[in-house]
Amino acid sequence: MPKDSSIKSVLVIGSGPIVIGQACEFDYSGTQACRVLREEGVRVILINSNPATIMTDPEFADATYIEPITSEIIEKIISKERPDAVLATLGGQTALNAAMALDELGIFEKYGTRLIGADIPAIKRGEDRDIFKKIVAKVGGESARSAICHTIEDCYQAVNELNYPVVVRPSFTMGGLGSGIAFNKEELDLIAGAGLRHSPTTEVLLEESILGWKEYELEVMRDYKDNVVIVCSIENVDPMGVHTGDSITVAPALTLTDVEYQRLRDLSIDIIREVGVATGGCNIQFAVNPLDGRIIVIEMNPRVSRSSALASKATGFPIAKIATKLAIGYSLDEIQNDITQSTPASFEPTLDYIVVKVPRFAFEKFPEADPRLTTTMKSVGEAMAIGRSFPEALQKALRSVEKKGTSFSWSKGNLSIAELKSAVQIPTEFRLQQVQQLMSLGSSVEELHELTKIDPWFLSQIELINNMAVEVRESLELTQELISKSKRMGFSDLQLSELRGVSELEIRNVRHRLGVFPVYKTVDTCAAEFEAHTPYHYSSYDLETEVISRTKPAVIILGSGPNRIGQGVEFDYSCVHAAFALKAAGYETIMINCNPETVSTDYDTSDRLYFEPLTLEDVLEVIRAETLAGPVLGVIAQLGGQTPLGLARGLMDAGVTILGTSPDAIDLAEDRGQFGKVLDDAHLVAPKYGMARSYEEAVTIAHDISYPVLVRPSFVLGGRGMEIVYDDESLRGFIERATQITPNHPVLIDRFLDDAIEIDVDALYDGDELFLAGVMEHIEEAGIHSGDSACVIPSESLNDEMQRQIRAATLKIASGVGVRGLINIQFAITRTNPGETGTLYVLEANPRASRTVPFVSKATGNSLAKAASLISVGKSISELRSSGVLPKSGDGVAHGISVKEAVLPWNRFRRVDGTGVDSVLGPEMRSTGEVMGIADSFGEAYAKSQSAAFGALPKSGNVFLSLSERDKAGSVEPARTLVNLGFTLYTTSGTHDFLSAAGVNSILVRKNSDINASGPSAVDIITDGTVQLVINTPLGRGTRHDGWLIRTASVQRSIPIITTIAGFKAAVAGISEITSHPFSIKSVQEWSA
Amino acid sequence: MSKAFLVLDDGAIYEGESWACLGETFGEAVFTTGMTGYQETLTDPSYHKQVVIMTAPHIGNTGMNHEDEESKKIWVSGFVVRNPSPRVSNWRSETSLEDSLIDAGVVGIQGVDTRAITRHLRSRGAMRVGIFSGESLSREEMVIKVRQAPLMTGAFLADDVSTQVKYIVPVPDELQKKFTVAAIDLGIKSATPRLMSLRGIEVHVFPVSATKEEIMAINPDGVFLSNGPGDPATMDAIVDLVREFLLDSMPIFGICFGHQILGRALGFETYKLPFGHRGINQPVKNLRDGTVEITSHNHGFAVAAPVDANFTTVFGAGFVSHINLNDGVVEGLELLERPAFSVQYHPESAAGPHDAAYLFDRFAEMMTKAKAVHNA
Repeated sequence: MPKDSSIKSVLVIGSGPIVIGQACEFDYSGTQACRVLREEGVRVILINSNPATIMTDPEFADATYIEPITSEIIEKIISKERPDAVLATLGGQTALNAAMALDELGIFEKYGTRLIGADIPAIKRGEDRDIFKKIVAKVGGESARSAICHTIEDCYQAVNELNYPVVVRPSFTMGGLGSGIAFNKEELDLIAGAGLRHSPTTEVLLEESILGWKEYELEVMRDYKDNVVIVCSIENVDPMGVHTGDSITVAPALTLTDVEYQRLRDLSIDIIREVGVATGGCNIQFAVNPLDGRIIVIEMNPRVSRSSALASKATGFPIAKIATKLAIGYSLDEIQNDITQSTPASFEPTLDYIVVKVPRFAFEKFPEADPRLTTTMKSVGEAMAIGRSFPEALQKALRSVEKKGTSFSWSKGNLSIAELKSAVQIPTEFRLQQVQQLMSLGSSVEELHELTKIDPWFLSQIELINNMAVEVRESLELTQELISKSKRMGFSDLQLSELRGVSELEIRNVRHRLGVFPVYKTVDTCAAEFEAHTPYHYSSYDLETEVISRTKPAVIILGSGPNRIGQGVEFDYSCVHAAFALKAAGYETIMINCNPETVSTDYDTSDRLYFEPLTLEDVLEVIRAETLAGPVLGVIAQLGGQTPLGLARGLMDAGVTILGTSPDAIDLAEDRGQFGKVLDDAHLVAPKYGMARSYEEAVTIAHDISYPVLVRPSFVLGGRGMEIVYDDESLRGFIERATQITPNHPVLIDRFLDDAIEIDVDALYDGDELFLAGVMEHIEEAGIHSGDSACVIPSESLNDEMQRQIRAATLKIASGVGVRGLINIQFAITRTNPGETGTLYVLEANPRASRTVPFVSKATGNSLAKAASLISVGKSISELRSSGVLPKSGDGVAHGISVKEAVLPWNRFRRVDGTGVDSVLGPEMRSTGEVMGIADSFGEAYAKSQSAAFGALPKSGNVFLSLSERDKAGSVEPARTLVNLGFTLYTTSGTHDFLSAAGVNSILVRKNSDINASGPSAVDIITDGTVQLVINTPLGRGTRHDGWLIRTASVQRSIPIITTIAGFKAAVAGISEITSHPFSIKSVQEWSA
Repeated sequence: MSKAFLVLDDGAIYEGESWACLGETFGEAVFTTGMTGYQETLTDPSYHKQVVIMTAPHIGNTGMNHEDEESKKIWVSGFVVRNPSPRVSNWRSETSLEDSLIDAGVVGIQGVDTRAITRHLRSRGAMRVGIFSGESLSREEMVIKVRQAPLMTGAFLADDVSTQVKYIVPVPDELQKKFTVAAIDLGIKSATPRLMSLRGIEVHVFPVSATKEEIMAINPDGVFLSNGPGDPATMDAIVDLVREFLLDSMPIFGICFGHQILGRALGFETYKLPFGHRGINQPVKNLRDGTVEITSHNHGFAVAAPVDANFTTVFGAGFVSHINLNDGVVEGLELLERPAFSVQYHPESAAGPHDAAYLFDRFAEMMTKAKAVHNA
């Protein structure tokens, strides 16, 4: 059966916003699914609330709904579009949960459609722990042994069977509250005792501990003929106890004999058959006891997962693409292997290289959060690297993470040996680096294995790296042989330069003079058994290169590296569009990136893919290899965010042509003095600022500028360590707490425009003409990082005069800076009275693709990244207008009203004591993703965005308000509206009094700090579920405040919380809309028709 | 460590470092793509007189143990790896790989671009190879020496690998004995009789020199033809023996070399593949039911038989039961009128997936049916 001809249309459910644990790997899988379905002539209907994704581009589906992924909306779409089938296995847990909910409501039956890929009973068998345990037992596998206990005596009894240590998990508590590991009776009394108290059912689950066991994952695929293949095995370098997403992992598994590996393979096959995943992919996780080989099956995901994306990139076997083909009726042997073009997909990839994945964390953004790595995933992104040995792949992956302190170093660290030994026992972000340091200070493999349980094989490989470092440091001369050997161990020029005490450039020159260059091998699924037709390359210091020569001029696009807060899928979106546009324009496109989750690292996206770290050295070597292969027009660095932008200067200095905006222009925009001159020439103003080298200087400057001021250390970027201070005292506090102010490390002080409206502009400039793509108005006032702020396009409150001023200012800045391509400018507008035009301030300009490019592109129907890449290679805006890439005339016009909302990861983090972290927004960006709501009215668009980001706004019930003094006046009207809509308000004393005086009734609850008053406290009514929405605007950051208790309680209880008055007003506008009529739906294609 | 050279018949030379024993060695250059199972590969007699190139980059990580060996000896004539493990990590390991290779006198080479060598062999075909370490020969001298080594085509190697005396692999005590099988050892792997014994088959392993009378003396229910090294075209004596068993309607099951011998007994030619199939990820399609098995392979020769329709032989009609999906090579033969079948790949796996283990059950069923006919 080649294809199920009854399937003529398919609804694909996407995964929604990027959150921790569910990132752009589902854009990759969903985009593949959409492409496959369209190639097969199937009509594709897509729902995904995430505008930053490539899959939600109008060209990937016939009907694209950027709408909240809720049962209500999906039913509307099904009712309107009548798809023959629904595909929910490629959109992560979000899509799977949506499918389960739809099934419970009987929606599939009602509309005569069906799920393909995995059916509901199979999903349940895979996801329900009890059923799954039975399946494991049935196929002869083992699960971790456990016992349910209701008394401490039960616990003692159970421990006799399970042995110490035991994992204690209280039933029905939030977020693992009260769980822990007991190593002896005293600890059991303590943990299980507390657990029994915490549990509403006085119940704890005791489970045998498999901490420290080896952890493996197998990616499995099955077709309707019951053919099963294992695509990839993955081994965790971090043993059991750390979430796979937070572990350093390696593919293939490296410490199993064939007998042991085949046992995992047999179990995987038996499990996928027994669970009954009809067609498609799933992954199965195992723990293996290093002492006796005992195997425990941990869990399975009956869908495509993050690991599937990793496995696809690691092997060249495109799991999502194949899963989609299987879902519409093909069998594995009917599908061709894209890479060999001669062999079928019904085989198991074999690797002749090593793949290492390293997670990237963002703990620096959440200083209160518990930094220990546990079974709850906390990383925000990952980098992957490929090499011909584990040391080479590991070191490449570590530098791909692009974070200070991640690459191995042999300079003296801050911690003593004793401190390091105690540190490595607890898994944290930098544990492997600490292990490496300890080993270089003399600890043995055996000792470190004892402390960390990391397999001795991995430790011995790190020992090889350390030995190499010593050889490099101590040899008299840097010979060709020595450089070659160290390069084969993955050493960067930078590491060699540190070891030799010379500059990186000197090392590079010596290396080049001695003729030591990397070669580029191919990921081909088959270890070279068959010829590969897909140029998917990685570097290695080996003998033979596989880069073939070409005649077409090439454009090299630099990607954005691992996802991090502030640099995510939005930038991948722009890079992918550049690849598509330039390919269509006749260029050979070459992508360099190291993020396995992305569409840009799909071998289908560009003509050639180099899976390489984004460092100057690695990029220069690719450029060298490609220059030898054929003409290279230049490099595009303006689309991948800060990472490639940071490389532009170095590339130019090395003689590489940077296409589009020049590095000089980039530097100009970042240099306050030079940029100030551009503004002066254009008669534009920026908020006053100064640079202080001491506290005294800071006070003088602050007084000169006048409070409030925005302060930050000058040596960090991206809003890190930024704070708004309102007086001398808090300025002193900030400087003492957050900076080590010195003449070399000054503090920047900017005037903070209180209550200003913030505007974000994306525009294209070709040196002559400006295309103003979109003017977005932030919903939160200035002071909240633009990435965390909701925004709306078209702007709500700007009059024609201000619109004209903004356009004129954008043109002057773009031309003054020398932009060729995209520019993003942030403006602030202050007004003394509502209704007036106001004063325009320029906050900053970034001559590159911004985070909002995909949002603006979708709201206006213009592909800005495509246009920018074409401008980079010399096309003019007028040419783009006549070729249809941009509108024939005028600027970008939004269809309908679009709201973008940021999604924040508060619920992922806990403090060491188990309580939540503060959810207040500030000048430092902390959101991981975004959603978009489109509608005819602002209220509905905003309500959609909230529904997509946090869950639906309430239509009735109770709302809790506790507001800071300066926000009280603004709250009266929205509060009154809520009461008129039938809501009951709960307030703390100050807010209560203020609203009462304005004639708005509310129920008074006591502040938690007010221990003398009686009745329920603010936290009580949040925790017990009385309120459905919490509005709390903060006075300042600090755990002692009542506000903090309110916010953390809301985060723990997952109750929507709004922390700005502007957000409150917008929410009330949304609630007003949804109480009067249900959500409407409209596809992107209909909006732009 | 000293310099070492891998030298191919066509003059290509790859420089690496010495590993395991110093010295020189010759054989047929073959690559295997399995990511696990180097111990099984080394101890598989089918690799006799071959220099094996491992495409997996890290070899030796799990050391060597006595449970996983496929014979009592390491057979490869040379071993080529990118990164040998400096340390062994596995709870079952008893010795390190390098120590075992040194004990067996195997000359190895490390640090060479194994992918480049594999690509070379893929495009030029399998050829003779030499490894030289600790010597000071010129490049020309090394190439000349390699060209003096014997070719695999026309090689008769069964005598080297076959057991000298007959031995029995009994059915485990807890199971019931159902059949007696005579296995002709052409280079048998220990997994094969073990898997048969787990199905109630008592396996009598005979030397390659066994006569029909000697075999019939144990009153076998079936005859098994094992895997093994060498050119099947040199196996006329065994081919004749198999023909006699076919005439007797003796149940026959052949694996790998044994499959090639059955093929020749049926009148088909065997031929040398350009670079063979060696790995544990090969997709084989069962033409009976259309399913795909992921299988373990190790063969340089193959049987030429018609795939599209049934064929006729002097022993009646038959058909190609399995093909390789990568290149269409015949992977299984089966007779319709007599109880005989064979597969080119390794249902005993070791190393490799267990997808094809059902074939031993089929052999047992075949013997059950034959018994029923005999008794009727």
